[in-house]
Amino acid sequence: MQIIKHKTVVEDDWQVLHLSEADTPESVVIPAGKVLVPLQVWQAQRDILLARSDLGVWLNSEQRAETLQADIEKFSLIAVNFPKFADGRGYTLAYHLRVRLGYRGELRAIGDVLCDQLFYMQRVGFDAFAVRADKDIHQALHSLSDFSLSYQASADVAQPLFRRVQR
Amino acid sequence: MYHYDSFDQQLATERVAQFRDQVQRRLSGELTEDEFRILRLQNGLYMQIHAYMIRIAVPYGMLSAAQMRMFAHIARQYDRGYGHFTTRQNIQFNWLKLPDVPDILADLATVEMHANQTSGNCIRNITSDEFAGVAQDEVIDPRPFAEILRQWSTFHPEFAYLPRKFKFSITGATADRAAIQVNDVGLQACKNAAGEIGFRVLVGGGLGRTPVIGTEICDFVPWQHLISYAESIVRVYNQHGRRDNLYKARIKILVKALGIEEFKRQVEADWQFTKHGECTLTEAELKRVSAYFTTPPYENLSEEAALATLLQSNRAFANWHKRNVKAHKMPGYAVVLLSLKKAGIAPGDATAEQMDAAADLAERFSFGELRVTHEQNLVLADVKQSELFTLWERAKAQGLATPNIGLLTDMICCPGGDFCTLANARSIALAKAIAERFDNLDYLHDIGDIELNMSGCINACGHHHIGNIGILGVDKDGTEWYQVSLGGAQGNAASLGKIIGRSFSFAQMPEVVSRILQVYVSKRDLNERFIETVRRIGLEPFKDGVYGTPVAADEKLLNADYDLIKAGTPYDTPYYSPRF
Repeated sequence: MQIIKHKTVVEDDWQVLHLSEADTPESVVIPAGKVLVPLQVWQAQRDILLARSDLGVWLNSEQRAETLQADIEKFSLIAVNFPKFADGRGYTLAYHLRVRLGYRGELRAIGDVLCDQLFYMQRVGFDAFAVRADKDIHQALHSLSDFSLSYQASADVAQPLFRRVQR
Repeated sequence: MYHYDSFDQQLATERVAQFRDQVQRRLSGELTEDEFRILRLQNGLYMQIHAYMIRIAVPYGMLSAAQMRMFAHIARQYDRGYGHFTTRQNIQFNWLKLPDVPDILADLATVEMHANQTSGNCIRNITSDEFAGVAQDEVIDPRPFAEILRQWSTFHPEFAYLPRKFKFSITGATADRAAIQVNDVGLQACKNAAGEIGFRVLVGGGLGRTPVIGTEICDFVPWQHLISYAESIVRVYNQHGRRDNLYKARIKILVKALGIEEFKRQVEADWQFTKHGECTLTEAELKRVSAYFTTPPYENLSEEAALATLLQSNRAFANWHKRNVKAHKMPGYAVVLLSLKKAGIAPGDATAEQMDAAADLAERFSFGELRVTHEQNLVLADVKQSELFTLWERAKAQGLATPNIGLLTDMICCPGGDFCTLANARSIALAKAIAERFDNLDYLHDIGDIELNMSGCINACGHHHIGNIGILGVDKDGTEWYQVSLGGAQGNAASLGKIIGRSFSFAQMPEVVSRILQVYVSKRDLNERFIETVRRIGLEPFKDGVYGTPVAADEKLLNADYDLIKAGTPYDTPYYSPRF
């Protein structure tokens, strides 16, 4: 599928593992190849999964960034799931991953990712967006440049406007 | 007042372009109503019963004459010739078509205005003291901090999708005129023993379904840390506020659930990361913003001696002066309230002509600036006492000098069932019926200070919980009823009213109010205000007075004159109206 990564539409072959009702985090079998696993699977199978280099982890909106503190260096891809686009917890989660935990790898928004939220998502630290399949990904790309400046500090700029420029 | 620099203007312009594109995609069907709803709400745009309504931000209630004239222009060009000032010091226009809205926002941007975040689950327009900068009891002018908060909260990337709406209010005076105890965060600017400026911070206040008086979370946050501290409060709320139940999603529920100590612990734990960081306000930034709120070029005047003679010789002027003129910190000046509570008019409504006239009055008498009060009136903050009489005559000619500030007919009132899809009952119509019943000015002045607040539903836009008399529209089997509470108050001694008993029909309500006032008149001590009598004698005498004998319905209130909005002409094009 196509995603937006570093402000470009690119092909992507990561698959996102979702637990079905029958699965448990301990027992679910993780397919080969590039896989994003749920946080609870990572926690349950950490010892085995540590050996795999093609693994990313995804957090749901109610989960905490701090949970990954010890392992943050091991990942080149972390995703945050938006169960509904109006669930804003993912923004604070991303901010924490970037600013508090210093995560520097790819941070991807997955789930209910529409077009008009991308500007704010980018500001809190997302650099990749798996736009919902029924939405126009090029429109989404366009919304990344809705604004050319911002008042506040966040993950994208460490300083608020009043420290950045002479007003 | 504050003026945009190139950065502010650029953001305002880019916002208009963003929303213009979103509206286009809604009209083309690319965006579903569900997806568009949140985007339009963040631009203050509602769908009401008849049409789209936009709520335009008046940051902390401050307006220039040019901005007021822009409202008049919008009223004429896009609406039906009037607007409605709200309890968050904003203005609403009720009869809009969706394709016009981007143009309205573009017009607003030319006078440094917007409708950003006046709705939706984000940080709303910051409210403040309508007498900021001129009040005699002011410790610190809160407006520079209100503007700093406005900029910080505008398009904050982390807080656009909060569990529920989030309201800040800020005051710098000893008397609270900004309802800081019933906002999500209430800020009281103050000085500590060393003379340093900071804020007493209240959290978790609010009205609505679960009215709560705010709790102090910190007695002194130094001003340099205002933003980082506020950010930590909102961040904890964003993570932990309930999202499973719309009615339990406000921060007050979270604070109650955790307890103030635990909530404070979490806020401070977050704050430790940012407390001395880049968000710390600098002297330079405070100085830059404060420079916009300088003292106007007051003349060196003494208290106006001729005023006493005028007040003695002209009773109508004296009545107006007694109610609508307030003390000013400068000798020879006064603060004037232009009443938007003329009987028969929806409380807070102003016509385009009145807006233009108010702008003219501001330019002629008050350095070209106005304020909007949370009680839905206008303020001219810097009027020479020697010009009060001339001002009064001109305001009177425009229907802006009803001498009723703080009196029974100075009601706070939401749009209610005439406009709002949430309302259970009409409130504007009832305000009209009550104003007509109590049209005797001598009686109103005799009753004196009293706050009658009315909401058409439990969401409490009309602040009924903190009205001395609170009226709440309730639905019973699809018909409108009104529940009455007594003993609510705003200000430093804020309190929540208590319901007196079973509810009443529309046509019974003026008589109910009359009976409440009769109890007050018979029980009051000398010079005792209504709220003081209620607090002294309790609810029982009022219950006896109201429910003692059956309350007859006033037959004339059953006719259609009280349906202010006639059937209207519903728009018939898809997406133009909530009917589709």
